[in-house]
Amino acid sequence: MAIEVRIPTILRSYTGGAKIVEGAGDSLTALIDDLDAKHNGLKGRLITPEGGLHKFVNIYVNDEDVRFLGALDAKLSDGDSITILPAVAGGALGFVAAAALLGR
Amino acid sequence: MNGVLTIDSAIVDAIVAHARRDHPDEACGVVAGPIGSDLPTRLIPMDNAARSMTFYEFDSMEQLRVWREMDDNDEEPVVIYHSHTATEAYPSRTDISFAGEPGAHYLLVSTRESDSEEIRSFRIVDGVVTEEEINIVDATVDA
Repeated sequence: MAIEVRIPTILRSYTGGAKIVEGAGDSLTALIDDLDAKHNGLKGRLITPEGGLHKFVNIYVNDEDVRFLGALDAKLSDGDSITILPAVAGGALGFVAAAALLGR
Repeated sequence: MNGVLTIDSAIVDAIVAHARRDHPDEACGVVAGPIGSDLPTRLIPMDNAARSMTFYEFDSMEQLRVWREMDDNDEEPVVIYHSHTATEAYPSRTDISFAGEPGAHYLLVSTRESDSEEIRSFRIVDGVVTEEEINIVDATVDA
């Protein structure tokens, strides 16, 4: 099952510079495991040690933010297109408070 | 300082106007430019989904739309800007933690003074902040 994954600049060091890679899996978790097997270390940039989606990235399935599709449990099908973007956020607030505010 | 951000005065004026308009909330946005040009040419003010005086966050769906549009136009985010409304125009620890576009100039505007703005530009790569000069050009003179 081929799923196209668009990789942002900041993570292309894991994909040998590739902007688009292919993966497989029937859920986002399975896809990320598959990607990590081919591009070692990628998983750690997408998933926290606690097992949640990292707040520094946005992941989309086709045109939808995966946070609205069950996050890591989001179901995937052959031909889906995944886009990973760096979350753009910041501000004067302290980091811990900001992370809590993001609530991810 | 090493490196320089060259940017049109009309774009800087529009960024400052956006920051003033949203004050005391933080304002944020992008200036896109042709890939590899390092020239910011198209201003895209973004919603601050957090609507906060101390935090900004792009709306994830608006961001997807804008990033795709840049892709379609062979553009990239040359400048990512936001305002600090009560503190100096220097990246906070939060800004550094989230900085996810290593190729972008991070432009900060402080609107804490009502009659003047502090505008500074930085590269933020792997958690390291490097300030750079801002070269404001007047396109009407260049043309």
